[in-house]
Parts: sequence; C-alpha cells; structure tokens
Amino acid sequence: MSQRLAIKARMLLLLALLVVAWLLWSGLFKPLLLALGTFSCLLTVYLARRMGYFDSDIFALGFGPRLFHYWGWLAKEVVKSSLEVSRIVLNPRLPISPQVVELKASAKHPVSQAILGNSITLTPGTLTMDVHDGVIKVHCLTSEGAAALMSGEMDRRVAALGEN
Amino acid sequence: MYYVVTIATVLTMGLALVRALLGPSIYDRLLAVNMFGTKTVLLLSLIAFLYGRPDFLDLALAYALINFIGVLAVLEFIRQRAERKLTESESEG
Amino acid sequence: MAMFIDITSWIMMSLGGLFVFIGGVGVLRMPNLYTRMHAASLTDTIGAILIIAGIMLQAGISLATIKLAAILLFLLLTSPTASNALASAALLAGLRPGETDVATAERDK
Repeated sequence: MSQRLAIKARMLLLLALLVVAWLLWSGLFKPLLLALGTFSCLLTVYLARRMGYFDSDIFALGFGPRLFHYWGWLAKEVVKSSLEVSRIVLNPRLPISPQVVELKASAKHPVSQAILGNSITLTPGTLTMDVHDGVIKVHCLTSEGAAALMSGEMDRRVAALGEN
Repeated sequence: MYYVVTIATVLTMGLALVRALLGPSIYDRLLAVNMFGTKTVLLLSLIAFLYGRPDFLDLALAYALINFIGVLAVLEFIRQRAERKLTESESEG
Repeated sequence: MAMFIDITSWIMMSLGGLFVFIGGVGVLRMPNLYTRMHAASLTDTIGAILIIAGIMLQAGISLATIKLAAILLFLLLTSPTASNALASAALLAGLRPGETDVATAERDK
C-alpha cells in the first residue's frame, strides 16, 4: 500500500516539475498552448510510468547540500585533470600511456554506480567503458591518472553520497 | 570579445569534421559527430548573445536533446547491424 | 563591480574557447578511438562549463541564465552517457584499447 502511495507521490512530483518547466519556457498563456502543454506533460508521466521509472527508489539518495558539495569537489577534479590532458595534447611527443583498469564500486545502489561511472567519464583522462556487477572498467590516458583513480577517493565520496 | 570564442568554437567544429572524414572506424566518425553536436549547442548559445536574440537559447536546448537522442539511435542501429553480421557469419561457418 | 564581473566573464569565455580548441586538436592528434574520446571529453566538460558560465555572468539574473543553466546541466548529464554508450559499443565490436589505428588496419587485412 505504501509502495503504491510512494509511486503516486513520485508521479505527482514529476508532473509538477514538467508543468513548471513548460510554463517557464513557453511564457504564453493561450488556451491552445496550455492544452498542448497539459497533454505532453501527462503523456510524459504515462510513458515514464510504463518504463518502470517510478518503481525503483531513485529519490533515496541524499539530494541536497551533500550533492552540491560533491559537485564542487568534482569541478575541482575536472579542472585539475583538464590541465593535465591539455598539457599532454599540446606536448609534441604526445606522452600517453593508455591502460585499462578495473575499479570496484563500494556503493551498491545502481544510481550511485551510475553517478560514479558518469563522474569518471566526466573527468578528462579517465573514461568508463563498461559497468558490470559493480565492477567498472575504466580506460585511462596515463598511468598517473590510473593510479589516482585506484586510490579510490572518488569511489569513497560517491559511496558517502548514497548513505542516509 | 564574443567573436573570439565563436571563432574558436567554429574552428573546433572544423577539426571535428576533419576527424569525421578521416575516420577510420565508424565509431571515430560518430565521436566526431557527437562532438560537432555539442559544439553546435555552444555556438547557438554564443549566437544568442552575439546578436542579442535570447530565443536562440531554446534552439540550443532543443538541439542538445536531438543530438543526444540522435547519437544513441545511430549507435543502436550500428550495434544491431554488427550483431546481424555476426550471426550471419556464424551460420555460414 | 560590474567591470569585475565583465572581466571575469571574458576570462572564463576565452579559457573555455582555448580548451575547446585544444580538445579539437587532441581529437585529430590522438592515435586511436579511446584516447580520442579523452580529448573529446575535454571540450565537452571544461569547455562547455567555462563558456556557458561566462555567458551566464554576462546575462545576469534573468530567464536566460536559468535556460543556460538547464542547457549546461543537460550537456553534463548526457555527454558522459553518450561517451559510455560509444565506448562500450566499440569494445563489443572488437576495437582493442591498446591498439593504434594502423595496427587495427593491419589486423583486419
């Protein structure tokens, strides 16, 4: 019972978000446009429901100050590794030492693993190739980048994000 | 000043096109096309302010959506074709 | 104060343009697909962040800033997903990470 209630609450939340986005973007309040907007919002919620989007507990993560804190840390990492990759690209000898490493994700939740995989890809110099059973296959541009990744700071931070 | 950034973006789009023409694999071309698409989004945002037409931002957002879905669709198409080839060669051998 | 914001925004946009161009050069110089994707991610992340943040500073607090923030968020959410799909598809198709284009062409002969 509470499961069905939770699904309803999530559907309403998405609907409210979509309506606000539509009104913000269109900025026109003619009957035709409002009708079209209502139709597309309801259609989107229906399609998401059919995809099973509301069945999993995707809102379980601690969205809030902690997520913004993580984004701040991630931005710092992106800047650092961007400078590193730029230096490699501009170096006439192109000093790359590409290698593939496998990283074990400590977080069990699929959303946490997706966040970890995307964060790895987002940072230049490391690229997620495959996620399977919590093991992430990462392609690194340099051996230093691989060593930094295997020290596991990003993994720890993402795991902390999923704790409640 | 907007001109400098716009020119850099357009030049990069040119470089991406060169990579798309050189290939060699279809995945290289797709990577280049994806990069061209994201640069188009940046270019549209820049044009919106360069010519003072904020409605271009809506185009940029729509283009970002289309680019993402388009790349995934082409990827799915290539994957299915590769799988079909694999099963055909297995049944032959 | 306005001048300070202006200067910051111009610096951010110029740096963004520079990073985007370096990424473009990298995509041409790198020896195989996977290393090229690192260079492409350079333009997709830091280039996009700096350029759009620079424009946001120019736009000030307005609807345009919200739209730019939405564009940036969307780019940052989708570009790793697309790269990931591309990398795993290439891996399944048998492109080996440690091999240059020349070596792949030799093997396929």
